[in-house]
Amino acid sequence: MCGIVGLYAKGEEIADGLGSHLAAMLVQMNDRGPDSAGVAVYREPAPPGWSKLCVFSSRTAEDWPVLVAALEEAFGSAELASVRASHAVILVAAGAEEAVAWLDLRDDALRVMSAGRTIEIYKEVGLPRAFAERFGLGDLRGSHGLGHTRMATESRVTTDGSHPFSTGLDLCVVHNGSLSNHNRLRQVLRREGIRFRTENDTEVAAGYLAWRLREGASLREALEGCLDDLDGFYTFLCGTADGFAVLRDPIACKPAVMAETDEWVAMASEWRAIAVLPGSDDAQMWEPEPGVVYAWERQAVA
Amino acid sequence: MSVTAAVETVETVDLATTPLRELNQRLHDLAGRPGPTRWRILHPNGAHAVACGLDAELEVEIEGHVGYYAAGMNKRATVRIHGNAGTGVAENMMSGRVVVDGGASQSAGATGRGGLLVVHGSAAARCGISMKGIDIVVRGDVGHLSAFMAQTGTLVVCGDAGDALGDSIYEARVYVAGAVNGLGADCVEKELREEHVDQLRLLLAAAELDDVDPTGFRRYGSARELYTFKVDNAGSY
Repeated sequence: MCGIVGLYAKGEEIADGLGSHLAAMLVQMNDRGPDSAGVAVYREPAPPGWSKLCVFSSRTAEDWPVLVAALEEAFGSAELASVRASHAVILVAAGAEEAVAWLDLRDDALRVMSAGRTIEIYKEVGLPRAFAERFGLGDLRGSHGLGHTRMATESRVTTDGSHPFSTGLDLCVVHNGSLSNHNRLRQVLRREGIRFRTENDTEVAAGYLAWRLREGASLREALEGCLDDLDGFYTFLCGTADGFAVLRDPIACKPAVMAETDEWVAMASEWRAIAVLPGSDDAQMWEPEPGVVYAWERQAVA
Repeated sequence: MSVTAAVETVETVDLATTPLRELNQRLHDLAGRPGPTRWRILHPNGAHAVACGLDAELEVEIEGHVGYYAAGMNKRATVRIHGNAGTGVAENMMSGRVVVDGGASQSAGATGRGGLLVVHGSAAARCGISMKGIDIVVRGDVGHLSAFMAQTGTLVVCGDAGDALGDSIYEARVYVAGAVNGLGADCVEKELREEHVDQLRLLLAAAELDDVDPTGFRRYGSARELYTFKVDNAGSY
């Protein structure tokens, strides 16, 4: 199963409560995915010349200031923006790619969950309500965000196997479905230099998108490539710096519903996740067609 | 002589405060027993399995959007959804009537054996999949693979139909007024004769769609060319 939610704020009121709205949507998707939960929230851009990393530590009590001091030494300037449960947001006065490369080599207990200017990915095993409380989602303000509740089918229930998966700077994907050609595709992508941490099928989809984007495809082109190159069932919701995009497999095995009001655009696996949003009774509502990319962005997706 | 007017009360249940199972149990308890026949359900908020498994002559009005399998397995009751319906609305309906004012998600009326399903908006993929006697009237469009393996009954689409309409269809009838994006395996267009226009007229009237012209449809059905239709294969088992 798995549940997907996404929310794009058109105005300040929804942006102010983005985290609590996302949390309410996630809780509605509890029954679709009780194994783990996660969100990507786009918020508070890093200053020009800086990048923002969201780092997970598998240690029970990570000494974040020590890590930040080491980053400071390596890049001149770094700042601990916030700590939420097992994750910390760190600002670094360097390009995101350099900082990620540095962190990847440092310590096996640390993982960069997201990197870019605005994205913050938080994910953890457990029920969505407990996740939302533990990570204090309620006080996250942001322009847009997406979330996922997981019912594991293809790989173990771990933090690494939870969604969202990063697909590049300020990019991520959540997935409802299962892919059947992920082992072969993982081999192909490894030869292209894409790294994988788990046996998870969605991580392969994320790696595929990251590879296509790296090779110069637009997000729309990369998603349309999924129709040819991925075998299996999927509804994907992709987060970008400016919005999000939705794609369902060509026979629409997995559910998806979208709705829009003057205040917001929302996507979810089921209506009950959208029903909790203010003004949902009067929202325009529809079901995305199979095999068609839908995108909401401040600028149109190329 | 005094006349006492029978006042028909409407039983109102608010799903914001009443558990869904309690509502469904109260409705199930009316099978073969006396009790209120008119029901109004508030705040469904996309809940699954609202008013499913009914077996009594009830009139149920649902004020809002419902989730999966609303009014599933319905027998004799009339259920009207003033909103949109999720996957599998009126699935396996036996008799009675289910009306969706908005749109329906995929597999509307799936495997239905009788009764009438009316969707005033559009229905998504696989509308009427494996239908076995139900009549379905959709005011808008239907998605791909509608009437897949449809056995008996009638699917009336006043708008357009998606790809692979009527794939592997048996004896069900499909009528489409708009464009058909593609026919599935063994599904062909057939002549629309007077008897079919008569059937359409009756179904559109039953669905209370007075402004749809029954002569403006095309008829589709089975070419009976697939393996199962070949008498030579009958002795293989």
